[in-house]
Amino acid sequence: MTPDKDPSGAARGERAGRDKDLPGSAWWERAARGEATDGGRRRTAPKAPERPRRQVVTSPRTTAARRPRYPATMEIDEQTRLGEVYMRSLVRTQFRLALFVCTVLSCLIGGLPLLFLAVPGLRETRLLGLPLPWVVLAGLVYPAFVAGAWLYVRQAERNERHFADLVERR
Amino acid sequence: MSAGLGVSAVVVVVVAAILIGAFGLRLSRTTSDFYVASRSVSPLWNASAIGGEYLSAASFLGIAGLILAYGADMLWLPVGWTGGYLVLLVLVSAPLRRSGAYTLPDFAEARLESMAVRRMASVLVVLIGWLYLMPQFQSAGLVLRTITGGPAWVGGLLVAVVVAVNVLSGGMRSITFVQAFQYWLKLTALALPVVFLLFAWHGHGKPGLGRDAPPVFTDPVTVTVSTEVSVRVERPVEVTVSGQVDGRAARGERITLRPGPHTIAADTTVGFPAGAPVPHIESLPVLTDHEWALPLHGREHPLYATYSLILATFLGTMGLPHVLVRFYTNPDGRAARRTTLVVLTLLGAFYLLPAIYGALGRLYTPELLMTGRTDAVVLTLPGRLVGGTAGELLGALVTAGAFAAFLSTSSGLAVSVAGVIGQDILRGGVRSFRAATLLAVTVPLALAMAARSLAVADVVGLAFAVAASSFCPLLVLGIWWRRLSAAGAMAGLLTGGGLASVAVIAVITGGPYTGWTGALLAQPAAWTVPISFTVMIVVSLLTPGGVPLGVARTMVRLHAPETLNVNRGDWRPRSS
Repeated sequence: MTPDKDPSGAARGERAGRDKDLPGSAWWERAARGEATDGGRRRTAPKAPERPRRQVVTSPRTTAARRPRYPATMEIDEQTRLGEVYMRSLVRTQFRLALFVCTVLSCLIGGLPLLFLAVPGLRETRLLGLPLPWVVLAGLVYPAFVAGAWLYVRQAERNERHFADLVERR
Repeated sequence: MSAGLGVSAVVVVVVAAILIGAFGLRLSRTTSDFYVASRSVSPLWNASAIGGEYLSAASFLGIAGLILAYGADMLWLPVGWTGGYLVLLVLVSAPLRRSGAYTLPDFAEARLESMAVRRMASVLVVLIGWLYLMPQFQSAGLVLRTITGGPAWVGGLLVAVVVAVNVLSGGMRSITFVQAFQYWLKLTALALPVVFLLFAWHGHGKPGLGRDAPPVFTDPVTVTVSTEVSVRVERPVEVTVSGQVDGRAARGERITLRPGPHTIAADTTVGFPAGAPVPHIESLPVLTDHEWALPLHGREHPLYATYSLILATFLGTMGLPHVLVRFYTNPDGRAARRTTLVVLTLLGAFYLLPAIYGALGRLYTPELLMTGRTDAVVLTLPGRLVGGTAGELLGALVTAGAFAAFLSTSSGLAVSVAGVIGQDILRGGVRSFRAATLLAVTVPLALAMAARSLAVADVVGLAFAVAASSFCPLLVLGIWWRRLSAAGAMAGLLTGGGLASVAVIAVITGGPYTGWTGALLAQPAAWTVPISFTVMIVVSLLTPGGVPLGVARTMVRLHAPETLNVNRGDWRPRSS
């Protein structure tokens, strides 16, 4: 929904900061990074791609192979521990977001009958010449659903974009 | 309404449905075309099609009828039927689409890698589908009887034949176009008359519903009873009777009805004077207008009934076979989410309308409380309130909308039930699909003719309860919980689906029940859904060995966005 195509690290960092207090925020970035440094990777890395070698005269370590970044999608494909961490973080983030929406929904919708029971005066209240329960249940609740759904879709897509950025980073 | 106009409305809708179906025919050739239209349906078409498919007779006729009879408590029905899509959106839509399964049994097989669970799911899909089809056929009978006075089975048979022909000739691609067309027809058919109705109501000085007394006949009125009813009279009233009341024949004589129950035979007309209170059929409660307008008054144990209804509708939507099959026609998980968002908007717009019909019906057609055919309120109001040619045309439009509702929902259900029967019970392939379509349509038609007549929205509500207590736990736990085992899923489906089905069978074949038994049976979701979830979780934890081996790969498949180049496993639905 939001045009959020900037792949630069700065934009990503800013976005992560903005999302921090939202229930579906991309916390996996931190978790996954932490895991990546303490040896989640267990295979030997594949050979570095052949390049024209550059002669550097000041360093004694010219022949040491550079460790390439191993794409996270391969970690997921090969079901390594790191790959599992990536996947679990995605599932957990999306589930927290879903659970958050469901909790809000059940508090609002599930709370209404109790509210009407506990405060009988509310049933009699009139809004725009109609009883309040009718205004809420036959009118206002529908735009509220659409708004909630829209916010959810936006956040869920944002979560997926963060995840894709994370695992496709080379 | 004149029978001629009503019948022509029905004919137009039927012919249009068949023509649009045939239009898609030449595109439909392979098995996978038949099942999910090759996933090439655009999102707007898809959302309209979901709306068209979902808005059944229960939404078009039933809600207004129940609101007329029971009042504000019934406003929860449309709220739940819309809110169910919100729950579906957040918990199910994208992962389910990404699973790549065509049907619910496909999903069960893909996730749990067990043919036993697949078969169990197939049986439940067929049960829910039949339960949902039955009231559609019954309502079609009611509509045709309302406009022509013919026997009730004709309408059901007509709808069944059209659906069978349509599904057999085109499969789902044609159905997608039919459904999308039907949504807009239904919206127009309900929205346009409302404008005229509200103008007429305004012209009458905007009468309200705040009186602290049950409804009365404001004008002298003659009520025709088409099937025998037992009504309760509260105050003595002098009426003119042609026919039979309490076993006594009368020909236009004046009879005084004393307080208490009275039996009115079929084809009797009863003339009431102005100001007489409306005698209520015994199955409906007598509510003052004031009580009617307030929540928690309608039925016995209203708080329990309300919560159970909320649970059934919010969680049941995701388990309806004909709704899920629509999600497979989205190109990817992201499109599935966006389609659901559009669906919510379309449904929200539609469900603003039935409450208006229900309230105006209480004012202008209170005799439906006596004949018990409250489901006819949407059909009766335009002719009653607007009158003249305009009224007749509006009546014909509403009839067309009602028929669109039967055709679209029944077609969608027939496709999914036939798909499951064809794949899992017969051998699969196009020929089996055709045999299965006949089976999918004839059984509920027979049920519709045999079963006790209940309010259409109530029976549909029962189908939601079965779906909520079987497929909801399967989908939610299957998508989000890795430790769900095949044994756990089986046990949950069997317990939840089984208990809810027992309640449904008890309500349809026996009863009416009263007190807590009645409330627990009529709204079983509040106890069957928690039981089903608990059984599924506990049995899964007890059988950790039954967790499928490929669960990690399945989780990647369900949750990883399509843009990522990852291995999603090689499971394919069997029909492709």
